[in-house]
Amino acid sequence: MSEPLLQAVNLECERDERLLFQNLSFSVMPGTVTRIEGPNGTGKTTLLRILAGLNDAWSGELLWCGEPRAWHRESFLRNMLYLGHRPGIKPLLTPMENLRALMAGRRTVSDDILSQALAGTGLAGFENVPCRNLSAGQQRRVALARLLIADEPLWLLDEVFTAIDADGVKAIEELLQQRAAEGGAVLVTTHHDLQLPGMKRITLGGGQSYEC
Amino acid sequence: MWQWFHKLGSPKWFYGIANRLMPWLLAGGLIVLLAGLVWGLAFAPKDYLQGNSYRIIFIHVPAAFLAQSIYIMMAVAAVVTLVWRMKLADVFVKAIAPVGLVLTFLSLFTGAVWGKPTWGTWWVWDARLTSMLILLFLYGGAIALDRAINDEKSAARAVAVLVLVGVVNIPIIKYSVDWWNTLHQPATFKLTEKPSMPMEMWVPLLLSVLGLYLLFGWLACLRMKTEILLREQRTRWVRELVLAGRK
Amino acid sequence: MNAESRPALKPVESAIGPVQAMVAVFMRDVRVAFRQRQDLLNPLLFFIMVVTLFPLGVSPEVAFLKQSGAGILWVAALLSVLLSLDHLFRHDFDDGTLEQLILQPQPLFLLILAKTLAHWILTGLPLVLLTPVLGIMVHLDGNSVAILCLTLLIGTPVLSLIGAIGAALTLGLRSAGVLLSLLIIPLYIPVLIFGTGTVAAAAEGAPVAGYLALMGAFLVLALTLAPFAAAAALRISMSNS
Repeated sequence: MSEPLLQAVNLECERDERLLFQNLSFSVMPGTVTRIEGPNGTGKTTLLRILAGLNDAWSGELLWCGEPRAWHRESFLRNMLYLGHRPGIKPLLTPMENLRALMAGRRTVSDDILSQALAGTGLAGFENVPCRNLSAGQQRRVALARLLIADEPLWLLDEVFTAIDADGVKAIEELLQQRAAEGGAVLVTTHHDLQLPGMKRITLGGGQSYEC
Repeated sequence: MWQWFHKLGSPKWFYGIANRLMPWLLAGGLIVLLAGLVWGLAFAPKDYLQGNSYRIIFIHVPAAFLAQSIYIMMAVAAVVTLVWRMKLADVFVKAIAPVGLVLTFLSLFTGAVWGKPTWGTWWVWDARLTSMLILLFLYGGAIALDRAINDEKSAARAVAVLVLVGVVNIPIIKYSVDWWNTLHQPATFKLTEKPSMPMEMWVPLLLSVLGLYLLFGWLACLRMKTEILLREQRTRWVRELVLAGRK
Repeated sequence: MNAESRPALKPVESAIGPVQAMVAVFMRDVRVAFRQRQDLLNPLLFFIMVVTLFPLGVSPEVAFLKQSGAGILWVAALLSVLLSLDHLFRHDFDDGTLEQLILQPQPLFLLILAKTLAHWILTGLPLVLLTPVLGIMVHLDGNSVAILCLTLLIGTPVLSLIGAIGAALTLGLRSAGVLLSLLIIPLYIPVLIFGTGTVAAAAEGAPVAGYLALMGAFLVLALTLAPFAAAAALRISMSNS
C-alpha cells in the first residue's frame, strides 16, 4: 500500500456558529478519485477550500506526504490544482491570456501547448475572443483547459460539471479516470451523479462517513 | 508554562476566575476612584491660573490615559489572537473596544468642556485633542469592522490585523499631529508647559487614574463574561450554569 | 518516502521565480485595466470635480486658493485613491482569480505588492500627472506646484499600500465601500499632514529636503509592512467567504 498524499486528521470546522463537521479523518491516496457528497449546506465546498488552503478557519491536522502541510506551503501549492466554482477567468481577457495568467506563477508553458489545451476543450477558434463574449459553459471550459496541461498530482475540483454539456461531462469523467490511472489523486464535489469504477466517497452531513 | 497558557485560554476557567476577582475590582475601584475624585474636586487647592475649572482634570486625564492604554491592550491581545488563536483574546478585544471608544469620547467631551473657560471656545485644533479624535476614529473603525463580519472567529482575526496596523500608526500619527500643530499654531497656551503640579494635585489625580483602571478591570470582566456565555451557549458547562440558576 | 508509489512531486525550485510571477500579476492587471479604459478615467474625473467644488463652495478669491490649493488638491487626491480602492481586489474576488492568486506557489505578499503597484500606476500616477494643471487653476506658483507634485509622487503609493490593507479586510462584506473609508482615513492622516505641510513649508521658504525624506521613510515603511498586513487580511477574508 502506498503512502497517502494528503491526510486529514480530526478535522473540525465551525461556520457562522454552526458546526459543519467534526472528527473528520480521511486519507487521499494516489491513484484514486474521491467524491465529497452530502446535501446542500453540509460543507462540501468548505471542506474542499480547507484542503486547498483557502480557508484557515478549521482545527485538526492536515498532513501533506506525512508532514504538517503548513511546513511545506510552497511545495503543497506547487503540487495541487484547485478549481473553484468561481472559474478564475477574467471576462475582459481572452482564453489564451487567462490561461497564461493562471500558469504564470507556476511554470512556463509554451503557447502551443496552451492552444492545444484550449482546442482539447472545444475552444479552438475562440483563443482570442474576450471571455465575456463566451457562454458560461465555454468560460468554464477555459478553466477546465488547465486540467489538460496539469502536472500537479493532487486535484481539488469544486462543482466541476456545472454548465458543461453531456459530451463535456463524459470527457471530464474520462479525464479523471485517466488521471487516477496515472497515479494522480482527485477530489471532486458535484451534484452530477458521478459514478466511476473504484471511486471513493466522503459523505458529509447527518450520517458523516468516509471510506478511504 | 504551556499548560498554564492553555488554561488561560479556556473560557470556562476564566469565567470562574472573573467571578472571584470582580467583587474586589469593583469595591477597590469604587473606593479609590471616589477617594481620588472627592479629594481632587473638593479638597485639592485651586489652580492659580485657571481657578476651579482645572478640576475637570481629575476626570479628563484618567479617561484619556485609559483610552490610550486600552488600545495598546487590544494590540497585545491581537497578537495573541493571530499567533495562538486564543479564544479569550478574541473575547477580550471585542469586550473592551467599546469601553475604549466611550472613554475616548469622554476625554474629548471633558476636553471640550475644559476648553470653554480656558481657551474661550469649545473646540481647539490642539495636538492632543486632535490625536484623541483620531483615536476615536480608530476605535470606531475596529468596532465597525467587527460588526460587519458575521463569523466571530474571522471577525476577531480581521479586527486583530486592523488593530495592529493601527498601533504601528499611532506613534506616527501622534508625531505628525504634533508637527502639524506647531506648523499652524505657534504655541499660545500649552497645558503641558504649566509649572509642575503640586503634590496636593498629583496624589488625587493618581488615585483617580488607579481607581478608573480597577473599575475598567471590573467592567472588562463583566463584558467578557457576557460575551463568553453568548459564545459558549451550546457547551455543557454553560447549560449546567444556567440550570443551576446561578448568575 | 516511497517515491514509486505516487507521482513524483514537483520540486518548488522548478516553479517560476517570484519576480517573474510579480511581473505577470502586474501585467495582467494593467492589461485588464486597459480593456476597460473608462474605469481608469473615473478617479481622474472625480479628482477634478472635487477640486472644482472648492472655489464654488468656499471662495474663488486668489488669496484663499493660493493658501489652500495644496491642501485641496491633496484631499481630493486622497479621496480619489480611496474611491478606487474598492476595485483593488473586488473584481478578482468575484471572478475567482483571487483564489488562484492566493494558491500560487509564491509568497503572497509579493504578489499583493505587484497588484498594489499596478493600482498606483493606474490611479495614483495619473493624479500626479494631472496635478500641475489643477495647481495652476488654484493659482499655486511654479515652485509650490513642483513640490506638491513631488509630495504626491511619494505620498500616493503610500495611500495605495495602506489602502490595500483596508480593501483586503473589507473584501466580500456588505457596504464595504463606506467601511473601507472608516478604516483607512485615520491611517492616511500622517501622509496628508506631511504632504500639505511640506508644500506650506516650501511656500514660506523653509528647506523641504528633510520633510521629503520623512515622507520617503513613510513610503519605505508602507512598502515593507503593508503587503504583509494585506496578505494576512486577504487570507482572513478568504476564509470567511
